[in-house]
Amino acid sequence: MSAGGQDHGVTVRVEACAKTFADGTRALEPVTLDIARGETVVFLGPSGCGKTTMLRIIAGLEQPDAGGRVLFNGNDVTGVPIERRNIGMVFQSYALFPNMNVADNIGYGLKIRGVAGAERKARIAELIALTDIEGLERRRIDQLSGGQRQRVALARAVAVRPSALLLDEPLTALDAALRERLRVELNRLLRTLGVTTIYVTHDQAEAMALGDRIVVMRKGAIAQVGTPRDVYFAPANRFVAEFIGAANIVEAECTDGALALPGGRLPLANGAVGGKVFAMIRPEAVAIVAPDGAALSGRVESVSFVGDRQRLTVSGAAARPLLVDAANSLDLKAGDRIGLKVDPAAVRLLPGEGP
Amino acid sequence: MHGIGAPSPRTWGEGAQAQCTQPAMRLKTFLLLCLLPLAIIVIAFFLIPMALLVVVGARGPTGLSAYAAILLEPRYRATLVNTVLLAAATTVATLAIATVAGIFLQRHRFPGRAVLVAFLTFPLAFPGVVVGFMIILLAGRQGLIGEITLALFGDKQVWAYSMVGLFLGYLYFSIPRVILTIMAAVEKLDPSLEEAARALGAGPWAVQRDVVLPALMPAFVASGAIAFATAMGAFGTAFTLATDIDVLPMLIYSEFTLSFNFAIAAALSVGLGLVTWAVLALARSLAGDTVAAAG
Amino acid sequence: MKNLRERTIFAAQLAFTLLVAAFLVVPAVRSMLAGVTESYFLGIRSGFTLQWVAEVWERYDATILRSFAIALATLAVTLVVGVPAAYALYVRGGRLARTVEEIITLPLAIPGLAIALALLQTYQGFGAFRRSSLFILVGHVIFTMPFMVRSVMAVLAATDIRALDEGAASLGASAWRRFRDVIVPNARGGILAGSLMVVTLSLGEFNLTLMLSTPLTMTLPVGLADAYASMRLEVASAYTLVFFVMIIPLLVAMQMFAGWSAARGGRR
Repeated sequence: MSAGGQDHGVTVRVEACAKTFADGTRALEPVTLDIARGETVVFLGPSGCGKTTMLRIIAGLEQPDAGGRVLFNGNDVTGVPIERRNIGMVFQSYALFPNMNVADNIGYGLKIRGVAGAERKARIAELIALTDIEGLERRRIDQLSGGQRQRVALARAVAVRPSALLLDEPLTALDAALRERLRVELNRLLRTLGVTTIYVTHDQAEAMALGDRIVVMRKGAIAQVGTPRDVYFAPANRFVAEFIGAANIVEAECTDGALALPGGRLPLANGAVGGKVFAMIRPEAVAIVAPDGAALSGRVESVSFVGDRQRLTVSGAAARPLLVDAANSLDLKAGDRIGLKVDPAAVRLLPGEGP
Repeated sequence: MHGIGAPSPRTWGEGAQAQCTQPAMRLKTFLLLCLLPLAIIVIAFFLIPMALLVVVGARGPTGLSAYAAILLEPRYRATLVNTVLLAAATTVATLAIATVAGIFLQRHRFPGRAVLVAFLTFPLAFPGVVVGFMIILLAGRQGLIGEITLALFGDKQVWAYSMVGLFLGYLYFSIPRVILTIMAAVEKLDPSLEEAARALGAGPWAVQRDVVLPALMPAFVASGAIAFATAMGAFGTAFTLATDIDVLPMLIYSEFTLSFNFAIAAALSVGLGLVTWAVLALARSLAGDTVAAAG
Repeated sequence: MKNLRERTIFAAQLAFTLLVAAFLVVPAVRSMLAGVTESYFLGIRSGFTLQWVAEVWERYDATILRSFAIALATLAVTLVVGVPAAYALYVRGGRLARTVEEIITLPLAIPGLAIALALLQTYQGFGAFRRSSLFILVGHVIFTMPFMVRSVMAVLAATDIRALDEGAASLGASAWRRFRDVIVPNARGGILAGSLMVVTLSLGEFNLTLMLSTPLTMTLPVGLADAYASMRLEVASAYTLVFFVMIIPLLVAMQMFAGWSAARGGRR
């Protein structure tokens, strides 16, 4: 949603959209999703999960299989070709026109719409200021750096005041440091614009930073839809738990409201039933305590200094080694015995499912 | 040549020392030997004859002015103009036809497409004489077009032996070449550029005008230059279609074989060679690739 | 879900392309038919016959055989001279190589007529040479050499032959051994492509050959011109049919080979 301003754009509804390609590949199982006006929704998942197909169906570059519909503001646009959907799209390769300079690229959509010269120039200038690329108006595309191209692509897509903004992995082509910086700028820009935005990425940090809601996808189907916090703290299944951030998945018997583990017992929240369960524990949710007298203990296998914390691999506590985050102030080394304590509320039970 | 290889080392390092100074010299000599036959052939049978041609062109009764004759003498100038116009018309028509057909074929898949492509490219290596014959069969006195117009309008049209026939002949051997080049270029186009234009609202014509055609420009220049140069120097087609057609290669031929006017023939040939070479060099500098006329 | 407009555009483009294809194919088919029909005027109704083909062979057998011989000889010369030269140019690189490449490619930029005149002028004094098939061979070699050289150089560049060459050198192989054992086997693709090209071009060469040949040393295309001018349509067509039969398999082979080697190259 926009920061303080109005929300712009259309509501987008994807209804039972599936996609099988001509060569038989099943890229998307039937998916239904509602996107609110002004909302930024991020499609997140590994390559091949169908997120780009989803985006292209909403854009109008692909047609869903029979029975699928795409609606903008309640109107069925499934049969409307992309050139008439009035969307703004940023491609992974930016797709800037090499035969035009920066200003002409940005103004292309306006030219097509018949906007008069003076008004066009003004709008181009507005966008150049917005995306912070003053001075580059006359440059040819091959003279721009990666970051500059990304901004031009964005300016071009936004120039026409689209009803929805679609971005296909816009930061993937950039190096890590640049990506981080541009992500912050992109976030600011999206908040300012307040237009309905659909963003595709495989980078979960990006998704969490930019999305109002995240749609985690896997093998052509939705694994979970939720706010970044929902998805992080309450993943719906093992795949989401492991894809978003680091996770320890512990498989154990639950007896008397606690997990029976090789290294001791782990109390669970009220209402936990008996039987075999899969529990997810984030590394930062595990506290280090003195080993003697602790309900759960283990041995440090390795210590990695990550910068703002230490990441430990602890064996013996659970069937598989646990990832545990510890503050830098703790002096730990391989071979140490430590005690582990986890707040029962931070242990999330997942439905049992295979890998 | 058995002994020139590696000496067998008796201990580690010994073999290397013996080899140290040998390979470099061996290689240079070898490379020289590789190039020598080519050099001899090219010098004896191309460079020297061409140089001689330039000299002979200036040794005729009118001397050096034979070279200027191509521009000054009205008959020669008319022929030159004819040839240039014909080559230019061929180039433009071929580019237009090949672009429409080439983009269509590259962008669509349908049953029979491969056969259609084969049909359009099989005349690729036909010599000009055969092309001339094809035109005779199409538009000559017993040609297909004559039969059709006779049946439809009662008047038999014979185009083969006029400029129209020659133009058709030039189209016949230019289209296959240019279509292949255009199709190859279309294949290399980045589809996301067209998608981006469409996303911005451009209709099909606008996409062609603003994205596709500009991207194909290098291919147009390269293949257009080849088509022009080939048409300028085309001889076999005109030879077969014979009669009164006035193009430069035919003029050169008749000056040599009929009038025994060797100096003029030489001068005209050199002139034609220069123009052809210049067009190709220009295209190469614009397109950055090696281009060549053939046939 | 193509709408009406898209369908109309498709149909119009298809019709246009079919028309152009017909322009190219129909005369060729007519010619092939005419070569085996009793009477061109009456058409297929008059029945099939091989008499015209027989007549062609009777008149032009020496010419056809000579064309084959020259094509093969041209191939031999371009192989022996061109392949080592291509290797040398590739290894040398630099400005010298580029200049040499430019020079040998010049014959393609200059009309065959001009080259033929030049050769005639230079060697008119060498009567026996000028009147022999060797003279034609020379012209063909000059004209086809750049295709062989470029084809081989392209494949050398594509397979990074330099690394293989250096590897063999590090094992002690001399320049000649390397050429024989490493370079040539790995350049097979380019050599084959170049060979097909050379043979096809030589068989079809007219502009040069017309001037270089004499009535006693005609080649197939020159014979064709003779037939078109003086023979009846059926004989001319039969002769053209013979030419097609010779050349089209070569063209198909070249296309197939190009497609096959492109697919292989892509997988590397």
